[in-house]
Amino acid sequence: MSTGDTHAEAQEPAATATVPHHQVVAFVLMVAFFTAAPFFVYPVFLMKALCFGLFACAFGLLIGYVGLLSFGHAAFLGTAGYVTAHAAKVWGWSPELAIAAGTALAGALGLVVGALAIRSRGIYFANITLAFAQMIYFFCVQVPFTHGEDGIQAVPRGTLLGLLDLHTETAMYFAVLAIFVAGLLLIYRTIHSPFGQVLKAIRENEPRAISLGYRADRYKLLAFVLSAALSGLAGGTKALVFQLASLTDVHWTMSGEVVLMTLLGGLGTVFGPVVGALIMVTLEHYLAQLGAWITIVQGAIFVVCVLTFRRGVVGEVARLLKKPL
Amino acid sequence: MFFGVPAQALFGQLLIGLINGSFYAMLSLGLSVIFGLLNIINFNHGALYMMGAFVAYFLLQWAGLGYWWALLIAPIVIGLVGVVLERTMLKRLYHLDHLYGLLLTFGLALVIQGAFRHAFGSSGLPYTIPGELAGGRNLGFMFLPNYRAWVIVCSLVVCFGTWYVIERTKLGSYLRAATENPTLVRAFGVNVPRMITLTYGFGVALAALAGVLAAPIYQVNPLMGADLIIVVFAVVVIGGLGSIMGSIVTGFALGIIEGLTKVFYPEASNTVIFVIMAVVLLVRPAGLFGRER
Repeated sequence: MSTGDTHAEAQEPAATATVPHHQVVAFVLMVAFFTAAPFFVYPVFLMKALCFGLFACAFGLLIGYVGLLSFGHAAFLGTAGYVTAHAAKVWGWSPELAIAAGTALAGALGLVVGALAIRSRGIYFANITLAFAQMIYFFCVQVPFTHGEDGIQAVPRGTLLGLLDLHTETAMYFAVLAIFVAGLLLIYRTIHSPFGQVLKAIRENEPRAISLGYRADRYKLLAFVLSAALSGLAGGTKALVFQLASLTDVHWTMSGEVVLMTLLGGLGTVFGPVVGALIMVTLEHYLAQLGAWITIVQGAIFVVCVLTFRRGVVGEVARLLKKPL
Repeated sequence: MFFGVPAQALFGQLLIGLINGSFYAMLSLGLSVIFGLLNIINFNHGALYMMGAFVAYFLLQWAGLGYWWALLIAPIVIGLVGVVLERTMLKRLYHLDHLYGLLLTFGLALVIQGAFRHAFGSSGLPYTIPGELAGGRNLGFMFLPNYRAWVIVCSLVVCFGTWYVIERTKLGSYLRAATENPTLVRAFGVNVPRMITLTYGFGVALAALAGVLAAPIYQVNPLMGADLIIVVFAVVVIGGLGSIMGSIVTGFALGIIEGLTKVFYPEASNTVIFVIMAVVLLVRPAGLFGRER
């Protein structure tokens, strides 16, 4: 999706290899917020927000900086969750290995789906990723190791690196925060690297990037794999946090939810997806008792965002500050 | 016996495949017509299909109007709903990236399905087969329920009628011209914005008609369109987005293939359409009947 009209990206100098000063400030503020937060807010709630934040950032990398709207990212989140849960519970792997396995599988899946999907653009790309995700969903429904409707329950969190017992909420929280920050730094580094500049060039004008000698399809595929693997990282972590891997995370409604988080936070912004995820998780927390209302509210937010609020929360803030965030 | 499968089971699944194919064809036809002119993938197509079935249910419960009236009234009501949606919301997005249309209609689908689920729960409401079409006939090799035969015939007539209007009449030629170049068609004095509105209304009316046809078979359920629409998206991709004949032929063909898969390899019946989609995309990225844009 061309987001050039919706945010301040266009004013950014073309070759910013160095990270803008105010983004560092924003990043430090965010990390400080999440470091202090568990002493005031229920940690499991925050961990959910962090996992979805990372998931949304991974998704946002694709739509914001490559201009590809994937409507099937739940597949990567969900399968990684299953693999991590299975490795930790059945094979007895340590948490870091289990999460690594989930991440690796999500990346491999991203390679296959991406190789088929990046041949198309725009609506076609969205449709194709959606269909692949649905295929993976039915696969997860049928294979025995996912335990169908029950999911993989009572997944042990284990001991991180043989040192840190993750069964206390505080230990788990800071492990999740570390993973979240590492994932975000990787995305951040990618966006500001020469590779990220090429991605943006492809988003703005693909034929021109190709004429300059860039193999656009390879760049897009690499970005897709990176996004899928990071979604897997989020999914694997989430499975350990909730000690559960279930069909909810593979279903297409989850793919829609991550689109909503990113849209609400701000397309093409670095911090938008995190803010969007935080808002959505909070909303879900308070609307959980109301059943079907949550779908109605989500849909209404979607409609309002698309019709009148296309910059998203962070996009609006960035516009007021006149600086890309 | 065919390949170790009893004839009864084979023809039974073929029939189910044809029925599913009828719905795939009608829904993907509506999506294609809408996509051709509006360049929008109408994600709330499944929700409007569900609403069509609910209109039939309301008419029976509240107004005492039966199936035949529903077949006429539901598409008109939902068509008007579509006109309102297009005039008030979709219209504002035409100058933006087409993906915003997808996102908007996705949001609308969530609102509609959530609202109906809130009001009617997730379990289905029964809708009986009209008396004229109850029963069935024995064809010698299988038993054919009358209502199912009616659905297939009705879908075929509607699909090919739509194809005829779009490909062979003057009105259709305006439509095709506006798909190619709306600005030029406007310059000739054709009211393109009104045509777009009516096209959207017609596309969703087709979905509502499919919903009424489906009501006696699948029950009336707030989520009846939610998962169906994803399969229909795959059908549309296989046929080629925007291709009228492509969506009709692939709709029926994939319904039958799905039915046959249920007989010969049941494990793959849910995924076979998506596998075919992957293969088609590898060979022909624009779909079987589509053109590269």
